[in-house]
Amino acid sequence: MTYKNEQLHEEKVFKDPVHAYVHVRDRVIWDLIATPEFQRLRRIKQLGTTNITFHGAEHSRFNHSLGVYEIVRRIIYNFQGRPHWNNDQRLLCMCAALLHDLGHGPFSHSFEKVFKLDHEYFTQQIILGDTYVNKVLERVSPGFAQEVADVIAKTHSDKLVVSLISSQIDADRMDYLLRDAYYTGVSYGHFDMERILRVMRPIEDQVVIKSSGMHAVEDYIMSRYQMYWQVYFHPVTRSAEVILTKILHRAKQLYESNYQFKLQPTHFLTFFSGDVSLEEYLKLDESVVHYYFQLWQEEEDEILRDLCERFMNRRLFKYVEFNPNKQIGDLMRLIQLFKDAGIDSDYYLVVDSSSDLPYDFYRPGEEEERLPIHLVMPNGTLKELSRHSDIVEAISGKKRTDHKLYFPKDMIYAIQDEEIKQDIIGILFSKERI
Amino acid sequence: MLDNHAKLMQFFSEAEEVTGRKKLQKMIYILQSLGVPFEEKFQFHFYGPYSEELSLRIEELCNLGFIHEKKEVKSNYFQYHYSLTKDGTAFLQQFSTNLPDCTKMITRLQEKSSRFLELVSTMLYFRELPKREVEEKVHTVKPKQNYSEDEMAEAWQFISELSKQAH
Repeated sequence: MTYKNEQLHEEKVFKDPVHAYVHVRDRVIWDLIATPEFQRLRRIKQLGTTNITFHGAEHSRFNHSLGVYEIVRRIIYNFQGRPHWNNDQRLLCMCAALLHDLGHGPFSHSFEKVFKLDHEYFTQQIILGDTYVNKVLERVSPGFAQEVADVIAKTHSDKLVVSLISSQIDADRMDYLLRDAYYTGVSYGHFDMERILRVMRPIEDQVVIKSSGMHAVEDYIMSRYQMYWQVYFHPVTRSAEVILTKILHRAKQLYESNYQFKLQPTHFLTFFSGDVSLEEYLKLDESVVHYYFQLWQEEEDEILRDLCERFMNRRLFKYVEFNPNKQIGDLMRLIQLFKDAGIDSDYYLVVDSSSDLPYDFYRPGEEEERLPIHLVMPNGTLKELSRHSDIVEAISGKKRTDHKLYFPKDMIYAIQDEEIKQDIIGILFSKERI
Repeated sequence: MLDNHAKLMQFFSEAEEVTGRKKLQKMIYILQSLGVPFEEKFQFHFYGPYSEELSLRIEELCNLGFIHEKKEVKSNYFQYHYSLTKDGTAFLQQFSTNLPDCTKMITRLQEKSSRFLELVSTMLYFRELPKREVEEKVHTVKPKQNYSEDEMAEAWQFISELSKQAH
């Protein structure tokens, strides 16, 4: 038996609170899970700073990756024997599902913004570079690692395989919604995944949904919508993210100005200099980041010290609603008042917009921006979901943008100059604003 | 703070009007690939490089009244037109951006069809590969568009000319 087809002598299972069990029978999958690069995902939380708001949200990218693999495994099982499905792609699909988030680092979003990184790039590097993961994949067949990388990058020629891993209704989204809902403890986010799996059908270049399963998909779309506002874009979580981003900015700026850190921030050096090697990237996990934040609470630099102390002890920024059109004058005035009060507005006055945390709301694919979800009707024709579902149509047209202004309330109330303090308070908490 | 919004508004101020969401996505991607400092993150999707961040930011600008979106009903689809509003212009007067003048490049992009810009942006997406492999990749990821050799040659020429304008 070739390595590609090698089966474990008995099925292994991972107990999982979302899918009950994650089943592994393929030797290749078992070996991939055992690699250091995959095990590293245990040390990276799926939801970054969300545990500051929902304390249960401690689950890792490891849990999620196993979950996505399990969903794809089940979909493939259902697809056996159906037209358009080529079972030779089975292992490719499962490997891509398992490894799709491999390049995520700690607090990915903030790190990517500040250090101009891209986790997808590192996913490709890990799969194609000199790594344990690459060795396992290339043992399957020469060039197999490139195929897996192409599926994850959505540039593989088999669009059906790509759409299983990445589309507007894919294994990734289904797992994270259910998993994030479970671990945060919210009642939103639940939908009937078993039903969706039963009504998924492969066609030439995408997965479509049997029209009788439309209501299950409506529930899934509604879950996406509710999870965004209730969990992913929660203002308290965003406050923690704002502070985290500012810590990274400050540390980078200090490094660039030859500031002497009490302890050389070895793990960050290549991030600061903009030349991150794969080896250095893989060394950084959340424990390492927390270690430095802990140390930086004792730094000489007041701003770095204060921001780290806020992040570690949950002394977050407060916020008010902000309309950049109507209140741009207020913002300019606040920047000046902060300066007069000796507070650096670059670090302590932050506009956070919904586009700072882009989320894939359902898009009906007008003008071919994104491939929409298609229902397959009883006569075999395809119909875009929102054209058939009033609920999805209503959600698709709903306003989904938001802007908030974040600031350290305690610092403002501690301003010595009474006039400046009252001016700032007057702008931030004026009745018109409320 | 709002820098990325301001850059997009600056783009619309130079473009005057952009027709089509797909075209808008490809225009921003092409400019970004040629070094214009737009920070929206793009990924490869069914129709080429696409940025959810950009879609949402445009939606924000429309909701704020900075950009006007006009929906035009075509025979079997909708087409969208985008332009900067008076409020958008007023905002830009208060808010400076570090966007270089791209007017000439934008004009050239506007003259092209969205099909052609889809080809150009796809080629740029694979720009790390050798030229021959880029063309193979285009055929692999876009078999249905059936791009001809002439179109490929025109796209290479276009990229070369645009790159010169960018630098």
